[in-house]
Amino acid sequence: MSVISQTKHLLKKEILLEWRSKYAFNGVLLYIASTVFVCYIAFNLSAGFTQSKGYPIVWNVLFWIIMLFAAVNAMAKSFMQESRSRMLYYYSIASPQAIILSKIIYNALLMALLSILAIGMYMIFFTNTIGDPLYYFLIVLLGSVSFATVFTMIAAIAAKAGNGGTLMAVLSFPVIIPVILLLIKSSKFAMDGLERSASYSNLGVLAAINVIVVGASLILFPYLWQD
Amino acid sequence: MKFIYQTWWKVLAVVIVLYTLIAGLLLNVPHMPILHETIRNVYFHVPMWMAMFTVFTISVIYSIKYLMNAKPEYDLIAVECANTGVFFFSVGLVTGMMWAKFTWGEFWSNDPKQNSAAIAFLLYCAYLVLRNSIDEEQKRARISAVYNIFAFPVMIVLIMILPRQTDSLHPGNGGNPAFGKLDMDNHMRIVLYPAFIAWSLIGVWIATLRYRISLLEYKKNAID
Repeated sequence: MSVISQTKHLLKKEILLEWRSKYAFNGVLLYIASTVFVCYIAFNLSAGFTQSKGYPIVWNVLFWIIMLFAAVNAMAKSFMQESRSRMLYYYSIASPQAIILSKIIYNALLMALLSILAIGMYMIFFTNTIGDPLYYFLIVLLGSVSFATVFTMIAAIAAKAGNGGTLMAVLSFPVIIPVILLLIKSSKFAMDGLERSASYSNLGVLAAINVIVVGASLILFPYLWQD
Repeated sequence: MKFIYQTWWKVLAVVIVLYTLIAGLLLNVPHMPILHETIRNVYFHVPMWMAMFTVFTISVIYSIKYLMNAKPEYDLIAVECANTGVFFFSVGLVTGMMWAKFTWGEFWSNDPKQNSAAIAFLLYCAYLVLRNSIDEEQKRARISAVYNIFAFPVMIVLIMILPRQTDSLHPGNGGNPAFGKLDMDNHMRIVLYPAFIAWSLIGVWIATLRYRISLLEYKKNAID
């Protein structure tokens, strides 16, 4: 079987497993909902917050931080749920590239879906006017896909080291900081309704980071998963 | 591997470092407002980063070699080079901060270059933490080699590319001219370029010493 058809089958299996239990999806969705609600209550303790001058900046940054932690929680599960024997079974039937590729695509789809729901929920609680909604929405989608590509590889490393949550955070945050900086900057441009061309170079760097990370994952994963 | 046991390049490194110390403090430098004599810091600050890049590059090369051919020596070289690189990283940060205090007014002024250097520092600290979290030697070597290869391009993006895209106070970034452009008569180059080479050699030297110590320990602990 070629890598592409293997990837398709593995992707189908990922989605099917998730569809049966809906554990990762519902868990992270609930996580986002509670975080947004906690932030809503906490910020509204001080009256006049929504009219204050810094509100749009906080609005933008807070959204990305919520998405960051949601992504860490969602992605950390992607390799830990695989038992050792199941990994051995994959090893005998599929190429490692197909496995990491299917995980990346599945995580990207999951994150994209979650980010759409998250931005909707966020907008209900925290009202704000966005200058260029379509562009902002596109950046949110691109951001969630970038989170997925970076965190998938890191989750694989952390799962192999056998020391879940802490290691995941320690390893991923230095890698994700440039991504989130670029996202916050370009989404701020979209929120202020500036010319779209102003953030093209940022998005270009973001796309380049994605390509590098996916390429590195494809090359490095085969070495990582052999025991 | 014979190279690391030879003497000539170590003598060369020491001689050139002595030359850059003396020439860097005595030779003429361009007179700039604000900078004044602090411009001489370029002879000591920038070579630290060159030494760091050199040892990190060697480290990532040996990580790649380890994945292709799992010799424990390769892993030892990779980790000792990374350790040395972290040392030069801290020295580079500290010399930069001291310079920033005199020219920008604060040790840490939330400059993009400083921030992304700090993030890249965390990246390599994470590499060392990852190593400590795994007990089994071969597994540790393989996983940390993978992370090292993964971290290296991110470090390059953080230090070399991202700060150039924004407004940074750091020379050579965000529209600020680097010293090369101010230095019309190429006075500074005759000190700066030898300093790059010399400090890189010193970095390699420290790394080889550390490697030789850990190789001895490894052999001592090995079961015949």
